Amino acid sequence: MSTTEIDRQWTTRLRKRATGKLPPEKLLPDTQPIYVSSWIYVFGVATLAALIVVIGTGVILAIRGPLWWHQSFIGHFVNSLHLWSVEIFFFAMIVHLWGKFFMGAWRGGRQLTWMTGVVTFVASIVTGLTGYVSQTNFDSQWISTQAKDGINATGGGAYFNVLNFGQMLMWHIVLLPIAAVVLTGLHVLMVRIKGVVPPYEDEKKVA
Amino acid sequence: MSNKPFRPDVDAPEYKGGYSPYDIIKEGTIAIVIVAMLTLILAVFFGSPDEKAVTVKSWSNANPIDFAQTALEELNGTSGTAGYGAPYNHAAVGQKLGPLTLGKWVGVRIPINTVSDFIVKPLESQPALPGLQSALAQWNGASSSTQNGWVTSYTNAAPKMSYTNGQVVVNATNAGPVPVMINDLTQMARSGALDQALITGSGYYTTDYTKPLLFLADSEYFGSLADKQHLTGSQWGMMNETGQYPGQAWLWLYTFWYQIPPFNSSANADVLIWGMMMLLTGGLLLIPFIPGLRAIPRKTKVYRLIWREHYNNHE
Repeated sequence: MSTTEIDRQWTTRLRKRATGKLPPEKLLPDTQPIYVSSWIYVFGVATLAALIVVIGTGVILAIRGPLWWHQSFIGHFVNSLHLWSVEIFFFAMIVHLWGKFFMGAWRGGRQLTWMTGVVTFVASIVTGLTGYVSQTNFDSQWISTQAKDGINATGGGAYFNVLNFGQMLMWHIVLLPIAAVVLTGLHVLMVRIKGVVPPYEDEKKVA
Repeated sequence: MSNKPFRPDVDAPEYKGGYSPYDIIKEGTIAIVIVAMLTLILAVFFGSPDEKAVTVKSWSNANPIDFAQTALEELNGTSGTAGYGAPYNHAAVGQKLGPLTLGKWVGVRIPINTVSDFIVKPLESQPALPGLQSALAQWNGASSSTQNGWVTSYTNAAPKMSYTNGQVVVNATNAGPVPVMINDLTQMARSGALDQALITGSGYYTTDYTKPLLFLADSEYFGSLADKQHLTGSQWGMMNETGQYPGQAWLWLYTFWYQIPPFNSSANADVLIWGMMMLLTGGLLLIPFIPGLRAIPRKTKVYRLIWREHYNNHE
């Protein structure tokens, strides 16, 4: 096989493109610009860390099934871990979002990074709602019967029935986590490719 | 080299400053450990709520009159579900977003006939009870105008309904089989059999609780339980959960609109608020492309606080 032939292979082209866009030193950097020194940067990594805890505790709940946590002390405790990691996840994510807003983090060709972040936020909200309506308790009964009216008014309730426990559980533990993880992965890769947005021009200096 | 002018809200200045050591793996590991510890502490100290689910059995035993009145509403078409419209039935046009009736356009995709699904079919699934079989035969053999006449007679007498010696009592005349049907459905509910009948209508295995939840949501009892837990719409509704827990606090903006005019009194509140939230979410998504909005961070100068060390070092 000639070198030209190898160069034309899909695999070779994909590898070259991937390593060109994201060489190992960009993917796992060992230095960062000096301006990356603020507490606000903590909330991005805290969101990721909380997502890992959310998924870990969710996996444990999934192993024993949706009713286990009502019947077992340990199950209830794992549910509490799941709940609080979700609360931390959303808190960190929202602070991260507003921090990035005030940094104008879409500048310098980072528009898609911002947009994947917003879509991840929306996907997380839907994941949270499907979790709340899959609890198989009074909260899930009340929240689902309230939520149905909003979704039905848009026509969406015909296909996304919050009163259908099986459908909501599937969305909560399969479809939406896949979406959230893929979106988060893309978001993080984009941050690594483009780097952290630099500060605005110092207007005092410019003037 | 490009001669395009520098756009401060779109372009980022080229960074020519220094770099400091950064151990991304160590930072990530520490973050996971700290978040896991914080989660553990919160879970140990605060736990999580788990208020038992309401059943039709518990509802009808706690308040048989409310159950029987709700069953009557399902029969006479005045319940929330009976008059809902899409996606359950054709009883109403549904909410409008200006001239748009989105729910109606999508149509009836989860058909619910409250008379048949909540009353007649569950009763038919019962083993032979004295009087019930003949009452059902009478009901099924009658024309709809005759059925309506019976239901109207019963409805007119129903405000004086009582629950005496384990029986629903309504002094109605010319109500045909309706008194037997309502009373037997109440007995069925109190035994727990109606819970089962409402979910197994489409087969042995089921994970769909649409019917019992709609039936339950039509009652006053269910709403009163939610009210005690501060969960009703005027109490910031579904973003809360039972007990003193933060719930879905991130839904605050969505829930906020339901608290203020004109939404708190509008018949189209749901679709209006959903429409507005879609617009706001679209705006948030597209901020990088919207002149004016994308200039807010530069003009508010909050960034000087975030990067204060950077600016201090450069002044």
